Amino acid sequence: MLHTVNKSPFEKNSLETCLRLTEQDSTVLLIEDGVYGALKGTKIEDLVSESLSNVKMYVLGPDLMARGLDKNSLINNIEIIDYQDFVKLAVENERIQNWL
Amino acid sequence: MKFGILVNEGPYTHQASDSAYLFVKAAIDQGHEIFRVFFYHDGVNNGTRLATPPQDDRHIPNRWSELAKEHNIDLVLCVAAAQRRGMVDADEMKRNKKDADNIAENFRISGLGQLIEAGIQADRLITFGD
Repeated sequence: MLHTVNKSPFEKNSLETCLRLTEQDSTVLLIEDGVYGALKGTKIEDLVSESLSNVKMYVLGPDLMARGLDKNSLINNIEIIDYQDFVKLAVENERIQNWL
Repeated sequence: MKFGILVNEGPYTHQASDSAYLFVKAAIDQGHEIFRVFFYHDGVNNGTRLATPPQDDRHIPNRWSELAKEHNIDLVLCVAAAQRRGMVDADEMKRNKKDADNIAENFRISGLGQLIEAGIQADRLITFGD
């Protein structure tokens, strides 16, 4: 199952809720302000890092770059993808939950 | 694969309309079909033909209209959301006795049933918005 999160974890708790409810082998894609959840050195870093043992996490590259960030800012094992990959994830996963 | 897209946020608000547009473009690039883009809540404002953004900015309503024309995409504004926000097509103008209509080319106004149908007919339904 694919989950997308588009809000910063410092604005809304949708990323926390998402990570609480994801099951083993879920995929989480951070888009828009959601990309802030992938940053190192934040108060949510531990929660995100721990969840990476269960879920595969991606961040949408164009949205990361639009905020002046790059791969050096990210927690390890979070992969940067583009819109073409976003579509592929949507195809691969039979169900999609968009956390707003 | 068939995609249904739901846009719940107005243009130039945060990023939903841009994200939805770029997703739709990428899906078309990969040969997928866009069954419908349904605009709900403030998302109906994506369908105005009276928008005049600065010249160096993207024209969100026109961009949808052009994409729909090129790829024959069904762009639907929710009628109840549209009426509340003064989004009117020629039929609604007559029916509600208004003096103008303001729907951009290749958009149409219809009911929430169109969203349900997109959920049933499309293989995936993806939501962008607040």
